[in-house]
Amino acid sequence: MAKHHVSTTINGEPVEFLCEPQQTLLDVLRDELNLTGSKEGCSSGDCGACTVICDGRITCSCLMLGAEAEGRTIQTVEGIAQGDKLHPVQQKFLEHAALQCGFCTPGFIVAAKALLDENLNPTEEETRYWLAGNLCRCTGYDKIVRAVLDAAAVMRAEAGR
Amino acid sequence: MSYLEKESLKVVGTRPIRPDGVDKVTGRANFGADMVMPGMLWGKIKRSPHAHARILSVKTDKAMALPGVKAVTTRADFPDIPPDKRSIGAAPANLWDLSRNCMAKGKALYEGHAVAAVAAVSPAIAEEALDLIEVEYEPLPYVMDVEAAMMPDAPLLHDDIFTSGVDPKPAKPSNVAKMIRYAKGDVEAGFAEADTIIERRYTTKPVHQAYIEPHACVVSVGSDGQTTIWSSSQGQFMVRGYTSRIVGADIANIRAIPAEIGGGFGGKTIVYLEPIAYMLSKKSGRPVKIVMSREEVFRATGPTSGAVIDVKLGAKNDGRIVSAQAVLKYQSGAFPGSPVNQGCMCGFAMYDLPNVLVTGYDVLSNRPKVAAYRAPGAPIASFAVESCVDELARELGIDALELRRMNGAKDGTKAAHGPTWVNIGYQKTIEAAKATEHLGTRLGPNQGRGIASGYWHNAGGESSAACHVNEDGTVTVTEGHPDIGGSRASMAMMVAEVLGVPFDQVRPVVGDTTAIGFSASTGGSRVTFAGGMAVTQSAQKVVEELKKRAAVMWDISPEAVEWHDGKAFPAGANAGSFDPLSLADIASKAARTGGPISAEVQINAQGQGPGFTTHICDVEVDRETGHVKILRYTAIQDVGRAIHPSYVEGQMQGGVAQGVGWALSEEYIYDKDGRLENPGFLDYRVPVASDMPMIDTVMVEVPNPRHPFGARGVGEVPIVPPMAAVANAIADATGIRLRDLPMSPPRLLAALDDSEPLRQAAE
Repeated sequence: MAKHHVSTTINGEPVEFLCEPQQTLLDVLRDELNLTGSKEGCSSGDCGACTVICDGRITCSCLMLGAEAEGRTIQTVEGIAQGDKLHPVQQKFLEHAALQCGFCTPGFIVAAKALLDENLNPTEEETRYWLAGNLCRCTGYDKIVRAVLDAAAVMRAEAGR
Repeated sequence: MSYLEKESLKVVGTRPIRPDGVDKVTGRANFGADMVMPGMLWGKIKRSPHAHARILSVKTDKAMALPGVKAVTTRADFPDIPPDKRSIGAAPANLWDLSRNCMAKGKALYEGHAVAAVAAVSPAIAEEALDLIEVEYEPLPYVMDVEAAMMPDAPLLHDDIFTSGVDPKPAKPSNVAKMIRYAKGDVEAGFAEADTIIERRYTTKPVHQAYIEPHACVVSVGSDGQTTIWSSSQGQFMVRGYTSRIVGADIANIRAIPAEIGGGFGGKTIVYLEPIAYMLSKKSGRPVKIVMSREEVFRATGPTSGAVIDVKLGAKNDGRIVSAQAVLKYQSGAFPGSPVNQGCMCGFAMYDLPNVLVTGYDVLSNRPKVAAYRAPGAPIASFAVESCVDELARELGIDALELRRMNGAKDGTKAAHGPTWVNIGYQKTIEAAKATEHLGTRLGPNQGRGIASGYWHNAGGESSAACHVNEDGTVTVTEGHPDIGGSRASMAMMVAEVLGVPFDQVRPVVGDTTAIGFSASTGGSRVTFAGGMAVTQSAQKVVEELKKRAAVMWDISPEAVEWHDGKAFPAGANAGSFDPLSLADIASKAARTGGPISAEVQINAQGQGPGFTTHICDVEVDRETGHVKILRYTAIQDVGRAIHPSYVEGQMQGGVAQGVGWALSEEYIYDKDGRLENPGFLDYRVPVASDMPMIDTVMVEVPNPRHPFGARGVGEVPIVPPMAAVANAIADATGIRLRDLPMSPPRLLAALDDSEPLRQAAE
């Protein structure tokens, strides 16, 4: 089976890879590019552990083929922090103990970052509905929602709003 | 030495950032499926499509002939396990059953039961090869329902299981693997004395632990038998022990390395994949990785039991419960071992009752073998008992919390299953519940409030820990328990407290099976208790050693040295006048004062304090759709001493959310052929963020005197009350009592429709 040659941008870097036609973007990230921060929890788009930002939209990378990444801009959990400076969402997840096992955490970090890219002042309800595509079985979501709201407050302050 | 005085603590009770946190928010942490080895193959498992079938033949030659396939394994590769090797360590598991659960022998006992496996150079080729493995089945009659399985003419899963706990031993084999009975007093006399008797039947469905990380492992077997297992589990020593026996290898030849674990909740306390990957690696001579799909996780692992429970309560008009009886029938799945025993113990454990009779049955059926799930057995029994107590409270016109206070267990109460309580905090949780602001708020139309309590005995057991003072005075603490929810932080905090150093001077490590002594699994809410005791003792030993080294450096007697604030001081003027020595000062001179400074401790921890909790739940019922919204939730729990309060709150909140899922939406649904219809998160509905409100927590601290810091297990008991709390709230909102889980919209809507004419008539 001939492999596809794909040129794309991942976490700000140009990336080329070969993939089989049936490989999902998640398979490619994890098995071909060693970006194992995106997790596979269901392969059906229900758990959100594989969430990435693709051309500005949150996407389950298990529902997208690797070949479909051609020409797109993709951000994974590995690209959320700037060097050794954590994104406010990451910092607030730590401060609020918003993770227990940590397996769903990359998906939540990416989804929450995308929320705050779009809306720096989400309500609790908006936050809960935005994150409803990400399953967490450990925390009951309380500390996750608090962490995201607190990160929003920090980012508003930084933005002078 | 004890650290029970909270005021003297500098680190314990604070909320530092967990040491493994940065790796987990940046994607660097390595979970089970993240491991890759050079030359690694991908394994896949062929599973039975039948609920019950004789396996007539398994033909693998076509699969082996597919290019890229390197090994195929079947039951024929696995040894039969003699009866004397059927248990391991302190937590007995029937290894013969576990072996047959990993790979079916003779019969497939449930849909999804493994019958063969293949390893190939890519996942796609392995998948293709599965279709080339030819299995010939003879489908057999099957049984799914717990009471149908108990009937004398029910299809039998095993012809060598005779109900244990029955005297004389039955003459015929049965699907009832075990009968259990706990009795106290005389229930018949108690009921004769009662003014009011409530007798009800409750049912629950199997629910899955639903950890987000599917099971995963990489196994590499060398030609000399030396083996490395990298896997996600609740215990690397469990993985090593079970795998060694199931495949017939020496324990010393297996090194089990714990990956980060993406949730377990009890479901990762047994092995499914490691023995299969072992066989594939042994046959192919290459490392083999197997990762389950979500569908496989649902069909072939977990869940916990579905059950039928009959409860009978008798009370005086003043509210005193004088007699309590229950019959619990729990599904065990395809092999014996439901948590019915714990259900029998826990159901009435919150109460001080003169007369109790509890009977439990462990019942086989053609479903996946159940696995532990958070306080195994207790939530099921407590849903029934705490619903029935609420029904009794309404019948008597007594406040639900007051009824629990009147009848609640306290120090000195003897429970029906044996223990006499000491240092328990149950009554304090009721007092704290009464004092919550939540309880004073008013409810609107179609809203209701429910109360329920819960008990879990928690666990102690075997743990090892090592405390190493590094050359620069920093500290490494190695423990043997996978960190499932932040326990590394708690371990480091306890060590930092004992040594008198800042939290981040201590770095905790979860050691592999060659790096630390045997440690029982992360489960039973035991890690902060037993593991915490071990790390504390290792740090205390290190302090004694540090004092000796300071004495050598000062040339005085070790008794003349005292240790506090992370430094050695001369104990008073008679000891001499010396500048204090820090850990770094002493460590830098360690070679000259006796060598490396370390201490390892092995214990079998006893005296875990039981956990008691009381929950308050407000719901709103949508009469048009049958949907139940959780409006507000408060969990009040005796936590002994919260080492890291944020992670204790997190356990409470997480248990509540799982309980809400169990109450309202989660269930295994089978078709008429015994095949699971909802093996995915779309149709098996766990709560999402928009289903939940904030979950308020009240941590009551009744220190456990058997733990150096007063800790008691906190992780499991929070899942015990929610199902009844929600049911009681729905009853409060609607006047309708739902006794069957889940209380999903179709079920509640049907009940609302049935009651509508009555309601209209009443109005």
